[in-house]
Amino acid sequence: MSILINKDTKVICQGITGSTGTFHSEQAVAYGTKMVGGVTPGKGGQDHIGLPVFDTVGEAVEKTGANATVIYVPPPFAADAIMEAVDAELDLAICITEGIPVLDMVKVIRYMEGKKTRLIGPNCPGVITPGECKIGIMPGHIHKQGRIGVLSRSGTLTYEAVGQLSAIGMGQSTCVGIGGDPVNGTNFIDMLELYNKDDGTDAVIMIGEIGGTAEEEAAEYIKREFKKPITAFIAGATAPPGKRMGHAGAIISGGQGTAEAKFAALEAAGCSIAKSPGELASTLKNSLN
Amino acid sequence: MNIHEYQAKEVLRSFKIETLKGTVANTPEEAVAAAKEMGGTLWVVKAQIHAGGRGKGGGVKLAKTLDEVKEHANNILGMQLITHQTGPEGKQVNKIFIEQGCDIEKEYYVAALVDRATDRIVMMASSEGGMDIEEVAEKTPELIHKVVIDPATGLMPFQARQLAFAIGMKGKVVNKAVKQFIGLYNAFVAKDCSIAEINPLVETKQGDVITLDAKMNFDSNALYRRPDIMEYRDLTEEDPAEVEASKDDLAFIKLDGNIGCLVNGAGLAMATMDIIKLYGSEPANFLDVGGGANKEKVTSAFKLILKDPNVKGVLVNIFGGIMKCDVIAEGVIAATKDLGLDVPLVVRLAGTNVDKGKKLLAESGLNIIPADDLNDAAKKIVDAVKGGA
Repeated sequence: MSILINKDTKVICQGITGSTGTFHSEQAVAYGTKMVGGVTPGKGGQDHIGLPVFDTVGEAVEKTGANATVIYVPPPFAADAIMEAVDAELDLAICITEGIPVLDMVKVIRYMEGKKTRLIGPNCPGVITPGECKIGIMPGHIHKQGRIGVLSRSGTLTYEAVGQLSAIGMGQSTCVGIGGDPVNGTNFIDMLELYNKDDGTDAVIMIGEIGGTAEEEAAEYIKREFKKPITAFIAGATAPPGKRMGHAGAIISGGQGTAEAKFAALEAAGCSIAKSPGELASTLKNSLN
Repeated sequence: MNIHEYQAKEVLRSFKIETLKGTVANTPEEAVAAAKEMGGTLWVVKAQIHAGGRGKGGGVKLAKTLDEVKEHANNILGMQLITHQTGPEGKQVNKIFIEQGCDIEKEYYVAALVDRATDRIVMMASSEGGMDIEEVAEKTPELIHKVVIDPATGLMPFQARQLAFAIGMKGKVVNKAVKQFIGLYNAFVAKDCSIAEINPLVETKQGDVITLDAKMNFDSNALYRRPDIMEYRDLTEEDPAEVEASKDDLAFIKLDGNIGCLVNGAGLAMATMDIIKLYGSEPANFLDVGGGANKEKVTSAFKLILKDPNVKGVLVNIFGGIMKCDVIAEGVIAATKDLGLDVPLVVRLAGTNVDKGKKLLAESGLNIIPADDLNDAAKKIVDAVKGGA
């Protein structure tokens, strides 16, 4: 079992003929992901890396039966691409693109109200259910099939957690990067609800960052409803206030969003706290014994 | 990206926001000429730097005569202005803004920002104008009023009126304030702001509503479509190393410690700083080389790190996804040779092509300390730096 995606997920790629879309679609196919086509407006009817290209998402869905899309469209056009996927009623849209203007995302989130599509990202590594389906830019080979969920706002720090887990023989059910932007499609709680219900997930590593209050809100939810062990880490304890730490969302402002407050909220909610990013998997393992 | 007060007022005026007459000046002579030109009997001389709290720091002075304008201009221009937002070293004042004075009846606060909790633009207002709003939020949160704006409609007049009434405005002043609130929202959206703040917004004894001070911050992801705003960029207000880094598309922030960090990914870069601290040292910088780093980028990153004389050791921490460890290793080797690195260097590689990368480093004959994992890497660099001190 897993959350969001599995071996039956049929995936199209928006922006498939671009260099990023091409590279990662090839990687996904090699991993075993059921890639069924791609979309590049104006290039419909062509074949690209062995996959049919369509002009619109609607046509791609109709012809291939896809239920998920991955978006590698450049930032100025990415909001439009997400809305097209939502309009085509895909179950899942995963937007990898980094650098989308925040007001574009405000419009996207408004547009998605009442629609069925779940958006993961933008500015995220994607989602992987090891051994079944990889959608995104993460290195597939570091993963191992198993029963631990990994949930994170950061890309490479997700790999760090996965690498540590695999090294001590603990595989992963599904790993989700929700992205580092201030306005995005999915928050921690949305994913924790899925992990809570998933028979294939025994425990979760959750990795937050400074900025915003998403981790504090997740802590409230965990305290109230979450039934499985969680190990939590927050990156950015050493970050100075007022400086944006790479991710648009990672900034401490007005005394809000500090690592200290987030650690405290998660600890109070019953999470095991990994004090060091070098001890993500070992903290989880110890908490299970 | 931040801009100066005089620039923000220029932007806001084009959205029908009322400001006083004012002129920017680079010399005391220009300041006096500007004051003469605008006339009146009261002027304000204001330091233009990208930081709040200028008044408290002595960067804003009232002048009742042209001689006083000259005197204040003399004192403020070139001063090292220290406020709670500049850090202890302060910021040098290169420009001043000469503005007419006015008779203030009451001061208010109003701002627009992107609210992460609602994924919407929120406008907030308070009767406590002229104060540090973060302090108001902490001590008297009930005095801050908010409306959440639907992007499909924009800020509606009824919402603007709700705010005006909530902060205690009455009579004709309300409609004047509504015009300013809507102007602020329109400017926010049209120019891709991340924060636009008017503090204070004043009601004058004559019943006018005027923007006395304004601060605007722009979404750096949207600057590509705002060339007019890009022209306002003042590089003298930014850290030279950070400006240099942005040219190479590196995310770099200088810190006060002595261990330089070169990492891929913002989250891992922060975590690397954190773990250095856990082992008892301080990071010298945040540096994310991004996903597509090549040899040249790694070399520029090294150059940036080594420019800081405080750096006594460097930790490279790469978890290769898209990025291949052997490519990074080649970059590290080339940079070490080019720059004649003379401080300890610990390199931790993981992920794609890790074995190839490690082999390259080992065969390079260079004094590079390899590390197996994050803990090992942090421990080794901290030990190496402390041992050398």
